[in-house]
Amino acid sequence: MIDKKEVQHIANLARLYLEQKEIEKMEKELSLILDYFNLLKDVDVEDVKASFGSINTQGNLSIKEATREDSVIKGDNTKEILELIPEKENGFVKVKSIFNK
Amino acid sequence: MELLNLTIKQLHKKLLDKEISAVELTKVFLSQIDKIDKNINAFLNVSKDSAILQAKEIDEKISQKQEISILAGIPMALKDNILVKGEKCTAGSKILEDYIAPYDATCVKKLKKAGAVFLGKTNLDEFAMGSSTENSAFKITHNPQDLSCVPGGSSGGSAASVKANECVFALGSDTGGSIRQPASLCGVVGLKPTYGAVSRYGLIAFASSLDQIGPLTKNVEDAKIVFDFIKGQDKKDSTSVELNSKKSNFNLKNIKIGLPKEYFQEGINPGVEKMIKDFIRKIQGKGLNIEEISLPHTKYAIPCYFLISACEASANLSRYDGIKYGKSNIKEKELDILDTYLKTRGQGFGKEVKRRIMLGTYALSSGYYDAYYLRAQKVRTLIKQDFENAFKKVDMILTPTSPFTAFKIGEKVEDALSMYLADAFTVSANLAGLPALSMPCGEIENLPVGLQIISNNFTENDIFEMGSFLEKIIANN
Repeated sequence: MIDKKEVQHIANLARLYLEQKEIEKMEKELSLILDYFNLLKDVDVEDVKASFGSINTQGNLSIKEATREDSVIKGDNTKEILELIPEKENGFVKVKSIFNK
Repeated sequence: MELLNLTIKQLHKKLLDKEISAVELTKVFLSQIDKIDKNINAFLNVSKDSAILQAKEIDEKISQKQEISILAGIPMALKDNILVKGEKCTAGSKILEDYIAPYDATCVKKLKKAGAVFLGKTNLDEFAMGSSTENSAFKITHNPQDLSCVPGGSSGGSAASVKANECVFALGSDTGGSIRQPASLCGVVGLKPTYGAVSRYGLIAFASSLDQIGPLTKNVEDAKIVFDFIKGQDKKDSTSVELNSKKSNFNLKNIKIGLPKEYFQEGINPGVEKMIKDFIRKIQGKGLNIEEISLPHTKYAIPCYFLISACEASANLSRYDGIKYGKSNIKEKELDILDTYLKTRGQGFGKEVKRRIMLGTYALSSGYYDAYYLRAQKVRTLIKQDFENAFKKVDMILTPTSPFTAFKIGEKVEDALSMYLADAFTVSANLAGLPALSMPCGEIENLPVGLQIISNNFTENDIFEMGSFLEKIIANN
């Protein structure tokens, strides 16, 4: 159902480094699971709208649009958040260069 | 010591009557953790000093005759995917091993305000993905009822800690059964509230259209008490709503209960089936109206749930990139930006989390989106409609919580698919957003069996009424 090449492609999309052993195992396991998921192909979904959430289909529980004013508020945990950043300089998050030199 | 078995109300009375101080009570639970957690492994972290400090504050309030809430001085635990400012929060993952939460989750803020005493953080499957707590990167939690068995999951540490009297109550999170299934396997009460009833601000996200926070407790009354403290709208979770806490018009004589025939078919352990059916017969004898109903799309719930949750997880977990927080390989000079992502995530995530990220990425990738993700969301609509149709006929639905009792540690861990089937009876309530509670119904060979009550949106109060009624019948069994 899914071969090693495809597993490697998906792993790249997901930004996951997988060892060769993991790729082999993933190939077997994902194939088994996806095969089971094919059960969904038995369902007639013509004219059925997709849900995308758990509010009920008649809409009487629809969650109201939740917007707020776009205004600056003072955070009280800047220091704690900065402390969590693995690489930083002068209060900035430091990343690797994204252009080839 | 008998204090360990008491409920919130009973302990509150003892605190008010000054039979015991909050500090003494906290110490009783801390010493219970000291004594038995080496066998159970429910806790990842115990915050002794801060717990005693919190209890001291409550004692001062009591001595000054200030009014205190019913949760004041009550020792409790939190699943380690719920943030407490200044405390580690690992989500059971290596990638967050050293992560210190920079703020309080909204439910934690509410419990702190109520004066509940926070004892520590409990073990879970990594990022709440699992049904046995064996996917934790740190330890294996044992079922207090039988140490050779799993406690269920993913809130296995929370369920085990309540069962082992290491705390009075705990919070968990439930994406596909992660509160109710461990509650069932350990023999405690667990509630998954209606989607939107409890703010998820400060809960480490797994699958956002499904995740809910809820209580694990010793009885139904405690579940109601805790739920009433943590529920309500929060500006910081746009999906949360204010509950119009209308009194339940609950009248046993008028209540109609549905038994979905699909929940008593293939896959269920015969002992569990018999126990639930015998119990149903018993309550029928007490004059309750019970009828068989059908939820025809039940057998599609597991693939539907695992597809949708994996897709959402693959997006939610993209935040662990080694740049903002968490474990990171960014300091390795020879790595470029792509390798930093690949290595950080490849080393930081465990195998089940990787599997779900892969599944989700695959199902969302070009060429497969319609066949998997979109189709699953359509099937989800049909599953919801099953419940809407059922609730035209009945007020509540009773089912077993889990198809089987607690299984042996190691039994299913190498077989992902059979582990997924452990959630067969719980995932539908998440897909449909419905509130559902699991409560202990009896035991088979010393292992607890859970009964699940599913009800309509925002009718938690009806669930509590029914649960308390059934609890009395079970106690007299």
